[in-house]
Order: sequence, then structure tokens, then C-alpha cells
Amino acid sequence: MSVASDTIALGATGGGGDTLVRIDGLTVHFPITSGVIVQRKVGAVRAVDGLSFDVMRGETLGLVGESGCGKSTTGRSILQLEKLTAGHVLYEGADLARLHGGALRRQRRRMQMIFQDPYASLNSRMSLGHIVGEPLLVHNLRPRDEREDRVKELLNLVGINPNTINRYPHEFSGGQRQRIGIARALAVEPNFIVCDEPISALDVSIRAQIINLLQDLQRRLGLTYLFIAHDLSVVRHISDRVAVMYLGRIVELAVNRELYGEPLHPYTQALLSAVPIPDPVVEERRRPVVLAGDVPSPASPPPGCHFHTRCPAAKDGLCNVDDPVLREIRPGHFAACHLVSATDYPRIRSAEDRAAAAGTAAAGPADKAGDAA
Amino acid sequence: MSPNLPPDDFVPGIDPVERETTPVLEPEFEVALDGEGAHGVDTAERADELAWSEISGAEAYGDWLPEAEIIETRGTWTEVWRRFRKDKFAVVGLVAIAVLIIVAVGAPWIAPHSPLTQYDSGLSAQGQPMAPNSHFWLGTDLLGRDLLSRLIYGARVSLVIGILANGFALLLGVIFGIVAGFFRGWLETLIMRATDVMLAFPILLLAIALSSSISKPGIWVLVVVIGIVYWAPMTRVIHGEVLSIREKEFVTAARLTGCTNRRILTSHILPHLVAPIIVYTSLGIATTVLLEASLSFIGLGVQPPTPSWGQMISDGQQYYTSAPWLTLFPGLCIMITVLAFNLVGDGLRDAFDPQQRQR
Repeated sequence: MSVASDTIALGATGGGGDTLVRIDGLTVHFPITSGVIVQRKVGAVRAVDGLSFDVMRGETLGLVGESGCGKSTTGRSILQLEKLTAGHVLYEGADLARLHGGALRRQRRRMQMIFQDPYASLNSRMSLGHIVGEPLLVHNLRPRDEREDRVKELLNLVGINPNTINRYPHEFSGGQRQRIGIARALAVEPNFIVCDEPISALDVSIRAQIINLLQDLQRRLGLTYLFIAHDLSVVRHISDRVAVMYLGRIVELAVNRELYGEPLHPYTQALLSAVPIPDPVVEERRRPVVLAGDVPSPASPPPGCHFHTRCPAAKDGLCNVDDPVLREIRPGHFAACHLVSATDYPRIRSAEDRAAAAGTAAAGPADKAGDAA
Repeated sequence: MSPNLPPDDFVPGIDPVERETTPVLEPEFEVALDGEGAHGVDTAERADELAWSEISGAEAYGDWLPEAEIIETRGTWTEVWRRFRKDKFAVVGLVAIAVLIIVAVGAPWIAPHSPLTQYDSGLSAQGQPMAPNSHFWLGTDLLGRDLLSRLIYGARVSLVIGILANGFALLLGVIFGIVAGFFRGWLETLIMRATDVMLAFPILLLAIALSSSISKPGIWVLVVVIGIVYWAPMTRVIHGEVLSIREKEFVTAARLTGCTNRRILTSHILPHLVAPIIVYTSLGIATTVLLEASLSFIGLGVQPPTPSWGQMISDGQQYYTSAPWLTLFPGLCIMITVLAFNLVGDGLRDAFDPQQRQR
């Protein structure tokens, strides 16, 4: 199942590519305070709880997970929009968490963000020319008389008529606004862009356009994306590698095809089984795994593996005690689960499948899900 | 911590097979930005340095013709005015305010008599004030002064105090509100708890206490007193607005693109405060006019002989059966002024409403 076998002949690029952004032990806790005049800290929402991963130069790393699992907080804290409780974010080796003021502003030029809500992400009191031109102004990227031309170039690049620079955001549609937001992000000539659910607020009919635009820009400008989404099909379409998050932690990280082809972690398996398949015959037979219960509160995550409260394969005395670390199970395929090894992993099945299996024969040795049920 | 690197043979952006066979998101539209050779870029080159130079130069217009004229648009203010005009009551209010301002500014030329002269012909043989007649259109007061002229000069007092006192309250409110809402921290706690204390005070009592502690009340004292009394509600409004604006994504975007705090405040937050400031000021002027009238009514406002509407009502109240015009006309003036500012304030609030603007 090596990727190398079907890789196009690209020549040796020095295996694994090189790291653009290294996230090391990223932790963001939001304090819960109480008190009338003096605010006392009474607890913490552990939004992001010790993430470590690398973003390779030129890749698209997908980050998926349920609502509230900390995806967006991860993206924001990488860009230093949230204060890190612990951990480091190294951009080309420089620790962003230690930068402040002007130094941080200069470093941020290389990292931008595309936002979810195209209606909230553009200042309604500024014209297009000012919105896209402001980054040029604050970083002094172009002399005054060349700024307008540059703004037009950028607008043209994202597919917006450059003659509209005197118009205001309310005169544009959601998809057009998203393009304008992309043009603004590109104005500072970034390497790395965090796409925080860039298409989930858009009409289905224009999602593909924005995805195409992002891919096209990546090809032309050598951009690196961290693509945050909850839509698994979109992530599959655009990503090179995918990380799956659950309750503030990464549970699985692998190359796109590996993750979708053979998910190791029980949570990933359950998540993928919920993706509808656009083929009525196949879809008819699809049996999604329905996980019991709700996502626990990130203010008081369960001990041990965060997923053990809902995991059909959880082992008492192991999963609810020990914290699983994200281990390399196969080359480049990481999973945080006690029950996963290089040769074996729990196969999570739907209730129907389990009933069918129980009716015919004893469960196979690998069917830990069946054992637990 | 392990860095969680991809496999050794990982090359980003490979796998065109995977992408093409992905079932769900088959793009149906081609984005109109394909420049020459955009797709021909070798994948290996992609990981190299930025191709920013690629998009410079003559490419600015792409498929769009460089029209001689930039497409123009209706500005924000034109749009607001268009909406405001639709509200007939607000327009009536605006006209009333305009008339009021003209009257106040042009008082010396408009007033038929001097507001301070005690006319002998202004009192009846019994020493009673004259009812409205052809000479004194709205009658005279207890001292034989022309009521209409005093009302016209009284408009000056009301407007000057209404506008200046609100300006003062606004200045304090914007400063405190922005400091509390934008910079947060212990200053926010301090300022907002202080406004809570201020709002818990009975406003009229506070104003009375403040102005009676000053030996000689006058217009300027009233401006300061009313400003101090009204900074708290203004601070609260601005604080709330700033809190909601600073969390908007466009402010995050501005921070990411490298704007300093000062720039974020001046070009991203302040423009969004203009609408609430205008609305609350026009509504605030109405309450200020009332407060000024109340203070003058109990003798702590503008001192005689300077005419003020509240003070005129106060003077005439004992005679409201024998000379009702002494209280009726100043009362009407106050009512019309307050109503006009309230109507305009409501109209502006609707005109600025972004929900309405998008329809």
C-alpha cells in the first residue's frame, strides 16, 4: 500500500518533503471564570489539548472533526489569534508564540486565513480597493501609485472584475465575497493559508468554484493549506493528508488515500461510515455506525482516551485509564489508540452488521468491536 | 513529541488519480482565471519558491476589458439617505429640527420683540399678563415680556445645551466605551462597574445635587452636569458595540494582514460606531432637552432673565387657570423638540440597519 508505487515520476524531492509549519504540543485552554469584581479561574475548556503535527511545504493538510472538537481553535492558535496555553508553533523554524508586536506582524505576512462567513469577513464600510489594498498599505509592499494596479491584479487572479474596486461588499454575492476575502489574504504574498471552513457557508452550487480556485491558486503560487472542514468529501477532494480530531486531540493522521481507504482509529471508522455515497445502489447497502451518547464536554474531558466513552471497542482498565499517544502505526500513518497495532486494529461495525455476524458464526479474532458489544 | 511526519516518499500535491476519482465534488464550473500555462506547472516546481512574479504585470485585467471608467457605486451615505427619506415621520422630524435650528440661530432677526424688555403695554390694567393678541402673538408673561420672543430665544438654550451636553457625554462615552470594549482587562471591569453605579443613581437627583453644589448655575454648568450624568448610558452602548465588532471576522482579518491596534480602531471599528452614535445622540438630545427643562423648572438650570422653556413653565404654573398660554406654549415647544429628535433618531436607526440595507 505504498504511495510510492503509484506516484507520478517526479524525481527525487528528498523524501517526505520539508516542514513549513511545525506544531508541537499545541494546547489552548479557555479559562472558566466566576466572581463579581475579581475574576477567579474555576476551570478550563480544553479546546485544544496537546496537538503535534507538521505541515509540509506545498501540501494541503485536511483537518476534520465534529463541531466543537477544536478544529477552528487549532487554526486560529496556529496564527496566534488565540493565546497558547502551552506548546510551540514553528514557522520555518521560528517560534511564533514568542513573537509580539511588530515582529509578529511581519512574520504573519507569510501566514493568512480564509474565513468561514463571507458576510462577516469583509468590512462593509470599506470599498473593495481598500479591503484588498490595506495589506499592501500596512506592509508597504507597493509604492502608492502602484497599489491600485496590484489590487486589480489580485482581484483578477481570484476571478473578480477589477473594475469594481470602488464597490462595496454588500453589492457582491457570497461566492464573490469569498473570492474577495481570498484576494485580501493573497495580497501579503503568503506561503501558508489556514482555510477555516471556507465553503461551508456557501451555496452548494458555488462550492466547487471556490475549491477549484483554491486548488488553482495552490498550483500557481505554491501555497500550503491547512484546510479545516467538517465535510469529509470536500476534505478528501482537496487534501494530500488528513488529520482527524476528536475533543481537542488528533486521533488519526495519514495520507489521504490511506485514511479513507483503511481507517485505523475507531472514531475515524465511525466518521467515514457516515459519509453518504452518491450511488443509490451502494448507498442502500451502506450501514453507518451510530455512536452512542454525545461528545463529552471539553471542560471536563473523560480520563484516558477521550473517545472511550463512546468507543464500541473500548477496553476497561486500559482505555479509560491510559492516555493513548499518537503513534506511527505504519509509515506516515499515525493513530492514537491502544488497540491499534501494525498488524491489527479494531473494526467498528454497525448494529446490523454485528447482528448478522452474531447470527452466522463466532466473531473473528480481529473483531474487538463484537467482543465489546 | 513526535512531529508526525508523512511517509518518506510523500510528495505533496500528488495523486491526480485520487482527485479525479473523488466522487462527490465533481466541479462543474471552470473558474475564469486560467492564465497561460497555469495548469502546466510541474508538480515538482510547485513546492519551490513562490510564483508571485507570475501574476504581475499586464495580467491585471484578464478577461475583463479595461473600461475607461471604473464602475461606480452608490455610497453608504447616499443609501442611508435614500432609506431615511422613505420614513415620512422622520422627514417631518428632520424638518422640525431644521426649523428649530433656523429659529435659534436667527433669533435676533425673527423675534418680534426683545425677550428681556418688560413692556408697559404687556400688562393689563390689573397687572395681569396679556392673552395672545395682534401685538403680542402668544401673549405676555407676568412681567409683561413678549412670550413668543422668549420662546424663540429659549430655543437657543435648549438646542445649545442639548447638542453640547450630548457631545460631551458622547466624548466621554466613546473614550470609555472603546477603552473598555477594545482593550478589555481590568480597565474594562473598572469602567463598566462605574457605569453600573452611575446608572443606579436617580439621574435627576444626581443632576440636582451636582448643579446645586455650584454657586451660579448657567448654560456651561448645565452642559457639564448633563454630560457627566449621561456618559454612563453612552459608554454602555459603545462598549457593547465595540465588543461585538471586535469579534467580527473582518477585524481578525485586519489583525492577520498586519494592521496595528490604532489602524484597527480607526478604520475598522470607528466607522461601524458612526451609526449607533448618530442614533443614540439624536435620541439623547431629546432626553437632554427634557432634563434641562426639568432643572430649569426647579430653578437649578438657566438663571433668569435668560429665557428657557422649563423656567417659563415654572414661572407660569401658578397662573395656569387664568393665563394657560404661559405654560401651554413652552410645553408645546418642549414636546415638539423632543418628538422631532426622537422621530429622527428612530428613522436613522432604521436607515442604518444593515439587515434592511441588504434587502
